[in-house]
Amino acid sequence: MIEKVTQHLSQNEPLLFERSSPGKKAYQLPELDVPAVDAAEALGAENVRREIEGFPEVSEVEAIRHFTRLSTWNYAIDYGMYPLGSCTMKYNPRINEQVARTEGLAWAHPYQPEALSQGCMEIMWSLEQALAEICGMDAVTLQPAAGAHGELTGILLIRALLEKRGNPRKKILIPDSAHGTNPATAAIAGYAVENIKSSETGGVDLATLEQLVTDDVAALMVTNPNTLGVFENNIARVAEILHRKGAMLYMDGANMNALVGIARPGDFGVDVMHLNLHKTFSTPHGGGGPGAGPVAVKKVLEPFLPTPRLKRSGKKLAFDYKRKHSIGRVKAFYGNFGVLVRALAYALAHGGPGLKNATMDAVLNAIYIRKALEPYFDLPYTSPSMHEVVFSDDRQAKLGVRTGEIAKRLIDYGFHPYTVSFPMIVHGALMIEPTETESKDEIDVFINAMISIAKEIETDPQMVKGAPYNTRTSKVDEVTAARKPVLRWKP
Amino acid sequence: MYPENFRYTKEHEWVLAEGDTGTVGITDHAQQELGDIVYVDLPKVGSHVEAGKSLGSVESVKAVSDIYSPVSGEVVEINQTLADAPETLNTDPHGAAWLVKIKLSGAAEVQNLMSAADYLSYIGAQK
Amino acid sequence: MRYLPKSESERREMLEACGVSTPEELFAHLPDAVRLNRPLDLAPGISEYEIVQYFRERADQNANGYASFLGAGVYNHYRPVLVDTVVSRGEFLTSYTPYQAEIAQGTLTTIFEFQTMICQLTGMDVANASMYDGSTAVPEAAMMAVRATGKGRVLVAKTVHPEYREVLGTYAKHQGMPVEEFGYVRESGALDLEDLERKMDDLTGAVIIQTPNFFGIVEQVKAAAEIAHKRGALLVVIFTEAVSLGLLEPPTDADIVAGELQSFAISPSYGGPYAGIIAVKEKYIRQVPGRLVGQSLDSRGNRAFCLTLSTREQHIRREKATSNICTNQALIALMATVFMTVYGKQGLRELAEQNLAKAHYLAGKLKPRFTGKFFNEFVVRAEGKTPEELNKQLLKKKIIGGLPLGRFYPELADSYLVCATEMTKRADMDALVAAAAAQPTAENVEVTA
Repeated sequence: MIEKVTQHLSQNEPLLFERSSPGKKAYQLPELDVPAVDAAEALGAENVRREIEGFPEVSEVEAIRHFTRLSTWNYAIDYGMYPLGSCTMKYNPRINEQVARTEGLAWAHPYQPEALSQGCMEIMWSLEQALAEICGMDAVTLQPAAGAHGELTGILLIRALLEKRGNPRKKILIPDSAHGTNPATAAIAGYAVENIKSSETGGVDLATLEQLVTDDVAALMVTNPNTLGVFENNIARVAEILHRKGAMLYMDGANMNALVGIARPGDFGVDVMHLNLHKTFSTPHGGGGPGAGPVAVKKVLEPFLPTPRLKRSGKKLAFDYKRKHSIGRVKAFYGNFGVLVRALAYALAHGGPGLKNATMDAVLNAIYIRKALEPYFDLPYTSPSMHEVVFSDDRQAKLGVRTGEIAKRLIDYGFHPYTVSFPMIVHGALMIEPTETESKDEIDVFINAMISIAKEIETDPQMVKGAPYNTRTSKVDEVTAARKPVLRWKP
Repeated sequence: MYPENFRYTKEHEWVLAEGDTGTVGITDHAQQELGDIVYVDLPKVGSHVEAGKSLGSVESVKAVSDIYSPVSGEVVEINQTLADAPETLNTDPHGAAWLVKIKLSGAAEVQNLMSAADYLSYIGAQK
Repeated sequence: MRYLPKSESERREMLEACGVSTPEELFAHLPDAVRLNRPLDLAPGISEYEIVQYFRERADQNANGYASFLGAGVYNHYRPVLVDTVVSRGEFLTSYTPYQAEIAQGTLTTIFEFQTMICQLTGMDVANASMYDGSTAVPEAAMMAVRATGKGRVLVAKTVHPEYREVLGTYAKHQGMPVEEFGYVRESGALDLEDLERKMDDLTGAVIIQTPNFFGIVEQVKAAAEIAHKRGALLVVIFTEAVSLGLLEPPTDADIVAGELQSFAISPSYGGPYAGIIAVKEKYIRQVPGRLVGQSLDSRGNRAFCLTLSTREQHIRREKATSNICTNQALIALMATVFMTVYGKQGLRELAEQNLAKAHYLAGKLKPRFTGKFFNEFVVRAEGKTPEELNKQLLKKKIIGGLPLGRFYPELADSYLVCATEMTKRADMDALVAAAAAQPTAENVEVTA
């Protein structure tokens, strides 16, 4: 019945510090070609440490076995689908890893002469152009290190423009369906947050918006398609309402995987948006980062973009630091260049037509799953889905089983859970996003697993509630971890 | 379950007024909704609180909830035992897990709050 | 297309199951006005080989095979082979944030080890699972100190990396957090403690210093801590050269340590991605931004790790979160973890000693401008030519010279910051010394193109 997984020998492995033994080494440094120096003399005796107490001492073989064994305790895209809504867990092309390690790129120092960095600057220039075209925007900054960082940059840009116009205003409107980074970002940018309730179809209610947009409102932060995977059909009207009242439209680009090649935020009224390169553009999540969060803007916001900006004169590229109106820097140097390389490699591999095909497959996969699971799980919002679909656990909750428990049982079937309990406007949400890089086979196995679990809930809900059973590690006690935090090893 | 001599708020706090001191806590309904409580954030002794405004928060693993003060006044004592044993809020929310004691500045405020019977109907209706 | 795993017949089957015959019909519900009615103006997709060629050509437009004396926050250290071997494993590379602890113990365990090693290295009690980089860790640390003390003013040393101070400024502007700078002593290049004392007041929540500082000078952390603590402020100590901690006494007088781990096997990669950290004393544990991994037990009683204290974070506390950060640099932190494992207790010290030796050999011939003690970087006053002119000469020998300081410190426009690591060859150092000493002649000096 469970097709995807079965048991496997899983090696045990302690922590590095428990493996350590004094004198074991995994390194060898070359001999010095200059005289050694007495540390106490050079630095002052009081500045020299005794030893790094507790630091590991293992051999190379033990090191490689340690990390290899640990790695086998992880699920990963290379093993199978992550149906995580809003995360766009697509295949991480390996060619991206190789090109990012090209010596002239990997060893480039950010302060090396610009004349000797034209290759890096060309890569950044090309990516800026490509992203501007994809988003329908006029200018792009590649400086922000992640999505939330891009959001902050975007909001700061809005503040700078409004300040220049005479009044930065006080509030940002955020839908109750928004990702948590949105309100957190607004707060850091010095704005108060006002929640705007979603309409019955899960979108922005125009009448409510009209009422809420006062002279105190700087912007609305919207995700489109929204976190239900539904396109905001009224988006042009939303933009119009905001602009009429001197406010701006910020778009969280987390769901761009539904739009690339199909529709461009710049064309439907967005003033500023960020992208998540680790979502839409396939750069690897690596267990939690790094990412990159470029920000794309309309011309009116260009002067405020972070410093420095790339500018081109003929064949030469240079960084422009003389930018009077810039909000300043949001990060040292130029951005997560290594991530930018991977994103550009992805875009080059697909090309224009290819990117649109990827979007279409992403939406096809999501709708296919929706059709197959609709008979078994409640669909609280019935508008057409794009790249993700959100069910609720209402039907199963009546039998005592909630979305979090269904998710854990899905692990027994060999999949990573979907996104649980988000967005907040759906009670007991199951948010599923397959992405375009899943085959029909993998998706069918996933569908069968979900249907099987739905049936298990009808006959044996208690069993489902106790999942997962087949994992090396069973459910972890998060309560004790929070009550009595132990955040490091001690001897 | 819900002591008769307590008064209750819509945000699921209770207050026991004795003379000019009010003891404040969260209700059994609140702790049920929150699940396993892992941490309580309380105000400093000497700080002033206002009826309806947040005086701190209570955390479970996956959620944080503000605690809204039912009354106004000065915080004269906080329950130190909750730092080491926040789980008491789950086992004895109306007794050992009181949160703060407040020197009331407006004793009349308490009259505007719900009685035990009213609170029971209120939470019954919420379902 | 090789990343789209469907055959044409499978696509047709799935479209049929969705009740449509073409993929375009799946978008029929979109309003006409929003649609892009033309193809994207991007070239068609290219093959794997062509992609490799494209980036090779870009790399050829960069410096290749140059010796470099640049430091200034990004350091050339050898990257042990094991680092890429480990991070290239699909289980680490392509896995998600470890929210589902049962199937992410690999990531969680390595992060726990990382947190431990950072504590051991910095002398702090708690370390987070990393920030975006050193530069953004600074405002996060400042905001933390302000939250913890309730006092909004920040004092930052001029010898903290200039771009880090710029980032701090950007964040501070919108937090209502006034930031003021205090200077350095002209002769030593170290903190001007008197200036700090003068500028301190009771409204200051954070004093931020860097050691070794931007000039490479080792700072008096204890003295700065006393000044800060006396007036009720927290001391934040930044580091940009993590290798220095192999030899230098950790800043245990700090309340918050924030820094950059790029030196630990993270490619310079033209500025990123890197990994920052924040490490603190125990009492500030609930104020720390970013992810934290904690130890616990699973239901069978076995040791297991999980993300914890999540209620500090954006996905729960939203606008009241300690930060808006969502990402941690997990894969980059893993590179650092493997690096720290490979070198280990003895190796990190030996590595630091080699850095010290190389830089001090160079300093023996170049004469540092400042008298303060330094680790692997120091400032030199250019003689008989500007730092820019010297660098032009060096480029002809395929050497990238130190960083001319005029762009960040106008008062030091005649000087440059030079760095030597274990990778710096003696021959290149001798060549730098020779060029620095050489008299400017028509052949040596070229006019800028």
